[in-house]
Amino acid sequence: MSAVFVILWKDLLSEFRTKEMVLSMLVFSLMVAVIFNFSFPPGSEFIQQAAPGILWMTLVFASLLGMNRSFVYEVDKGCMQGLMLAPVNRTAIYLSKLLVNFIFITIVELVVLPLFSVFFKLEVLHVAGQLALIMFLGTLGFTIIGTLFSAISVNTKTREVMLPILHFPVSIPIIICSVQATTAVLQEQGWQVLWGWCKLIVVFDIIFLIVAYFTFEFIIEE
Amino acid sequence: MDNKSSSPWVRILVVATLITMLVDLYLIFEFAPTERAMGHVQRIFYFHVPSAWVAFLAFFIVFIGSVGYLWKRDRKYDMIAHSAAEIGVLFATLVMITGPIWGRPVWNTWWEWSPRLTLFLVLWFIYIAYMMLRSFVEGEERSARFAAVFGIVGFVDVPIVHLSIRLWRDIHPSPVIAGGDGSGLHPDMKITFFFSLFTFTLLFFWLLVQRLRLEKSTVATSELKKQIAY
Repeated sequence: MSAVFVILWKDLLSEFRTKEMVLSMLVFSLMVAVIFNFSFPPGSEFIQQAAPGILWMTLVFASLLGMNRSFVYEVDKGCMQGLMLAPVNRTAIYLSKLLVNFIFITIVELVVLPLFSVFFKLEVLHVAGQLALIMFLGTLGFTIIGTLFSAISVNTKTREVMLPILHFPVSIPIIICSVQATTAVLQEQGWQVLWGWCKLIVVFDIIFLIVAYFTFEFIIEE
Repeated sequence: MDNKSSSPWVRILVVATLITMLVDLYLIFEFAPTERAMGHVQRIFYFHVPSAWVAFLAFFIVFIGSVGYLWKRDRKYDMIAHSAAEIGVLFATLVMITGPIWGRPVWNTWWEWSPRLTLFLVLWFIYIAYMMLRSFVEGEERSARFAAVFGIVGFVDVPIVHLSIRLWRDIHPSPVIAGGDGSGLHPDMKITFFFSLFTFTLLFFWLLVQRLRLEKSTVATSELKKQIAY
């Protein structure tokens, strides 16, 4: 377990010194949100109904940007061999990368969500807790899948292009449930509906985590 | 390399597939009665549903092959997974083509975001991604390993996708075979349907055998090339 935190600390430290990942994800997601805004007629009512979908698409796009990079430095600078030579469990590498990605995206979300609610005229303060729960579960879901696939895509010829192609079809369930749960919160459809979707996300998160846990070591061995 | 074409089992499979395909065509276009409300377009059902079945069967074999490869590290399992994925994508594409041809006159729309259609579309994307992944990875062993991981994750994803989109409104005809009120086929339709399923399954295995032979020759050729080059 301590190996997980050592790798996690290493990545957090290098990010803290350069700030390149979080900053680019942040700027990118704000720009996506603004561009989505232009796809509706000015002052349209639809935009509020579409807001949960736009929010999640923005976050998934931004997170792909970050997850694409999560193994690039390791592979390009030869650090991956160092990690694999270290006498630690291979899955520790996966778990630490998962945590790093999750932390980065959560930071982005903390900044994006308030701005998003201003842009799209959403009342989020009174449901902040429920939104935080959905954000936590949904983000965890697509980071579990994304971290696994980024270890694959970094070794392909097309790298940045391959990750979304692998990631999108598989993460559709997580995105559907997260969007529906967010809609349930914003349109005040009640706890029953929200809880139904959240339960599904929890189950999907667990299933994907188990599959990722057992398949990751096959990706990085060589 | 052994030449599998001489195997008596493959010959039996080829002959059986050809005969059943001819019989199936007769059953579909002559024997099965015309559906009262939908007319002749309903006959596409005998192609559409068996294609979907073959696609699911193929993707299941991709899963089995992927697990087998990661477990035993035998090239054979990877070849099976690769071949099955290709045939699966072919039949899934057929499903996506025959569905709208039926849907346009009956539902009055080419496409509807119903759970089953959406599921199939997502499924199609997953295995298109699988094929792309295979071609974008350098090195046979590595390509096989990555594809196996994706084949497993993709297949585990299928019931999850199904569950998550089932909560939408469904206008897809409810299963007519497995009972329920107002369901049930004319007996002749039933015979045709099940015969069609059988035919498509045979066709699948024949294609799989052929595709595997092709894969084996490809591997043999690249081995020969290496021997010559070095």
